[in-house]
Amino acid sequence: MASITFREVEGSSLKYWMLFGGIGLFVLFGFLSYLYMHHHGHVVTGMDNQVVWGLPHVFAVFLIVAASGALNVASIASVFNKPMYKPLAPLSAILALALLAGGLLVLVLDLGRSDRLIVAMTHFNFTSMFTWNVFLYSGFFVLVGIYLWTMLDSSVKAYTKVAGTAAFLWRLILTTGTGSLFGFLIARALYGSAMLAPMFIIMSFAYGLAIYLLVLAASYAWTGRPLGDVVMNRLRYLLAVFVAAVLYFVVVYHLTNLYFAKMHGAEAFILRDGGDITTLFWVGQIVVGCVLPLVILLTGLGKQRSWVLVACVLVILGGIAQEYVTIIGAQAYPLEMFPGMTMKSTFYDGVVHDYSPSTPEWFLGLGGVAIALLITTFAVKVLRLLPVSLDDATVAKLEH
Amino acid sequence: MKSMTDNSPASPERRRFLGAATVAAGVTLAPGVMLVEVAHGRPEDQAASGAVRWGMLVDATKCASGCDECVSACSTENGWTPVAESKHPKQAPQWIRKLELQDPLTQQETNLPMLCQHCAEPPCVDVCPTGASFKRADGIVLVNRHTCIGCRYCMMACPYKARSLVHEPLNDTQKPDVPRGVGCVEACTFCVQKVDRGDGTTACVEACTKAGHNALVFGDMNDPESEISKRLRELPTKQVRADLNLNVGVRYHGI
Repeated sequence: MASITFREVEGSSLKYWMLFGGIGLFVLFGFLSYLYMHHHGHVVTGMDNQVVWGLPHVFAVFLIVAASGALNVASIASVFNKPMYKPLAPLSAILALALLAGGLLVLVLDLGRSDRLIVAMTHFNFTSMFTWNVFLYSGFFVLVGIYLWTMLDSSVKAYTKVAGTAAFLWRLILTTGTGSLFGFLIARALYGSAMLAPMFIIMSFAYGLAIYLLVLAASYAWTGRPLGDVVMNRLRYLLAVFVAAVLYFVVVYHLTNLYFAKMHGAEAFILRDGGDITTLFWVGQIVVGCVLPLVILLTGLGKQRSWVLVACVLVILGGIAQEYVTIIGAQAYPLEMFPGMTMKSTFYDGVVHDYSPSTPEWFLGLGGVAIALLITTFAVKVLRLLPVSLDDATVAKLEH
Repeated sequence: MKSMTDNSPASPERRRFLGAATVAAGVTLAPGVMLVEVAHGRPEDQAASGAVRWGMLVDATKCASGCDECVSACSTENGWTPVAESKHPKQAPQWIRKLELQDPLTQQETNLPMLCQHCAEPPCVDVCPTGASFKRADGIVLVNRHTCIGCRYCMMACPYKARSLVHEPLNDTQKPDVPRGVGCVEACTFCVQKVDRGDGTTACVEACTKAGHNALVFGDMNDPESEISKRLRELPTKQVRADLNLNVGVRYHGI
């Protein structure tokens, strides 16, 4: 098998530093938003006692789910032994670490008492999915870190497969854990389903790959390195399979719910009567997130790189819409304490809860995305993560 | 008095004296002992007892429409701002609220207070990552102010929407024996400060009784002689979301 040369990006151009500074600005805005929210309390957000998890959770969960998905490209190389994916693996690992870091930061900075983070790290309750997730996240950092090390340091290269397999299994458990954050909640009609765990895994495949493809294409375009169509096409079809699988899971999830009379109200809310949530579901999650990307990826449009990248952007936007519907939609629908009865109270019982995210929430969420991108931008400059060339000839040699 | 040598156990006079003294001592001490027994007040260094299960009976047939005495009493006792006075009603904490239910088919209306149900199997305690949400041995579900990180997972998990996050800094509304704080989650404590003081009741129950409705009864559900146990034996009651099998500490009659 031909060897591949990895090299750092030079990262000394004005363009690099402008990119770095631009992303850094969003990190700064995110941090300022955090300070603002921390100083005044959650009263300055759109969140209330009805919708208790808002836009920051949407971004945090999206990034955490995408993180494990971004590792897939590396897993295909190391676990499933596909040589074409080997040169793509280091970027996949660093992206996974960066996205997880971004997501976790948003999550912890949105705590009511973020100053008590140390408490979360020293007091554990093992019946809580959150506690399990603390260990799953830490373990992911360690395992992917070791995996990346085995890829970058030739003296430990022999352990790549072992480390890669461990990281792959761990990421499956991790996303099961993320899905179970919601799946283990008995209170709300739209949660409490084992479907959420596998659905989150398949969602992670799609989001992670879409982000990976965009970052890969951007790094190669902006550094003037060749990126051939073979790589792009392979990843394009893979993305199409993942997106189709997401759509399948969403359809099965809602069809299952529709069969149970007790779920009719909640389903009608998401699918028909939920206003913005319904629009986000049909337009955001289904059309933008699934149907349009599938059309682009599986038709002639997909032969053009720019359209593939458009499809990636659509998958990401659809993914954020999907998390929004999953997290906010399920809270906006009132708790059914007395099925069949209408309810009224000063605490907004029995009414659909409005939620509109405030500016600090947007910037906190975007700050998490920016952190992930900043880490990646910095990592490709200091580490040998990207092959000098991924043109068709180089890639073809790998497979023979 | 007889001589010392005559001081035999068989002396009827001495027996009478001892008997009288015992009765006198009993009369003096008994009320204290009985009070402690009845009210379950306990010293601070003594842990809550698992022999007790505090609970509440809500008789919805007596709960008056438009009356919110229980809500005001709770707010006064525990120092949370009434929602009508809050600048941010959707974000204001509410430990107890009045629910108005109506059956759309029969038009039948029901009024009842909704509060933390003090479940024996509390979902909020299960999901709390730090263990800040906890259940005392006597069945009262509480939040430890020092270890709550404000993640709001318990609010996602509670089927009764009984919990609130303190969304903004608290000014001078706090009571010395009811610690609260911005960024922490809180809920009905069954007036734990009153219970531990030995009052044997809660602010909402006192207010409801004072208003003459008598819709609320508080007490030890483990004690077969307590008023609540007697009433629970007589009245058919239901648990809200009984399908979840949480074995709640608040039982409703007339729903």
